[in-house]
Amino acid sequence: MNEMLEITIWQLVSAYIFIVILLAIVRWRKIPREKEIVIATLRMTIQLVLVGYLLMFIFENEKMIYSLIVLTIMETFAVYNIFKRTKQKLSKDLKKIIALSMVSGTLFAFIYFDFVVVQFSPWYDPRYFIPIAGMLIGNSMTGITLGVSALVEGFTSRRKEVEAALMLGATPNKASQGIVNHAFDSAILPTINSMVGMGIVFLPGMMTGVILSGAGPLDAIKYQIAIMLGITGSVSLSVILFLYLGYKTFFNKYAQLKL
Amino acid sequence: MFEIQNLKYKDILDINILELESGKVFCLFGESGSGKSTLLKIFNGMLTPDEGVVRYKKEKITQLDPVELRKEVVMLGQDPVVFEGTVRDNLLAGLRFSGENEVTDQEMSSLLKELHLEKELDEDATKLSGGEQQRLAFGRVLLMNANVYLMDEPTSALDEGTETVVMDYFTKNIKKQNKTVIMVTHSKEISEKYSDRIIYMDEILTKVGVHHE
Ligand SMILES: Nc1ncnc2c1ncn2[C@@H]1O[C@H](COP(=O)(O)OP(=O)(O)OP(=O)(O)O)[C@@H](O)[C@H]1O
Ligand SMILES: [Mg+2]
Repeated sequence: MNEMLEITIWQLVSAYIFIVILLAIVRWRKIPREKEIVIATLRMTIQLVLVGYLLMFIFENEKMIYSLIVLTIMETFAVYNIFKRTKQKLSKDLKKIIALSMVSGTLFAFIYFDFVVVQFSPWYDPRYFIPIAGMLIGNSMTGITLGVSALVEGFTSRRKEVEAALMLGATPNKASQGIVNHAFDSAILPTINSMVGMGIVFLPGMMTGVILSGAGPLDAIKYQIAIMLGITGSVSLSVILFLYLGYKTFFNKYAQLKL
Repeated sequence: MFEIQNLKYKDILDINILELESGKVFCLFGESGSGKSTLLKIFNGMLTPDEGVVRYKKEKITQLDPVELRKEVVMLGQDPVVFEGTVRDNLLAGLRFSGENEVTDQEMSSLLKELHLEKELDEDATKLSGGEQQRLAFGRVLLMNANVYLMDEPTSALDEGTETVVMDYFTKNIKKQNKTVIMVTHSKEISEKYSDRIIYMDEILTKVGVHHE
């Protein structure tokens, strides 16, 4: 097996030329984004360096508790990120449902992946545990964010339709069917699209990583297929859970639409 | 059929007592903003009073299953709603919501004719005009086999001729089946011509101020 090519610190510095070019362009075009670009670059660098050291520490001290702590942090961050990225105001109940479905959906898919599909050994092996959990959580986070927006937007813009249906004796479930299906569609679409483009439009991070680390492309692809299926499972599970529990928060016990 | 005692809803409704018998056509008459739509929604379980008791067939509305109540006491809202899809989808929507058996194309076509709505069942319902959409929403409710029909200004967007056609057809069928209708209207002629009893909002509402002393 060939080792991964080392990048020297000076080679790495030379990569920042891309940012310099970008800065030159925005200055020339008078686009007021210089500050954001610099901040984003700095953040990316600092965050990755910190994570690098953190991972180094965790990989060297292979302990169950570290893997679990990282998992908890990722879940928490993902839930807060959903709250932050949703433009509309969210009710307390809906926030609870978001957290619940995010955590249980990803965990269920991840546990299956860990113990049945890839069978990490030990099961908390941070080299697999952390990046794969990260991918499932990250994709579910995006899916739920899209689902939340579509659901809240749907209940706002199609309120009259839902009310008309209720007035004729529809259950809240039936009255919100159109909205829920539409929200599921928009939440799941990016995942489906990325399966379609897989390997042709882009070589995803996972595979790039595996190839760079010296494994053969066929091994990398096996991993990629597994992870893609895992992501799809995790996203659909958490989104379905969210929508199925979430639409109910828009109704009170008298099956009336809450304001 | 309905009984109200000491009902209060926000500062919109304050009704001491009101009794509506079954098998009749009632017209609710009152100025804009007097709470007619609000009252219909309370009968339909879409709103719950803050105080007081509303009974349907002797049972407190709050103790009934709201969905079961609405299947028996259907309501046509003030703004006609058209669902995405064809005219057929829209006519069947109510039956599908409430889980009743669907009707045949023939029955639907003849209903459209009665409502002077000369459209094909396969036509896109969202492209209909305002008045056509109102008749479509009306037809959807008529197809349902309910006990009470709550109609909130069902003919507001229609010209007089069409209004008469629709109302004649509606009341004729309702009377035949001995159903109850509570209908909001702004038209004196409609209420006088079709109703068994006219309910004036300003007569049933307790005057504001009396209860605030
Ligand atoms: N959701 C609501 N929250 C608070 N107030 C409301 C709400 N809906 C209606 N109102 C107020 O309640 C009052 C009665 O409204 P309602 O729609 O019942 O009147 P209406 O008699 O049907 O009038 P119109 O003839 O114009 O349809 C109005 O003053 C209205 O502003
Ligand atoms: Mg009204």
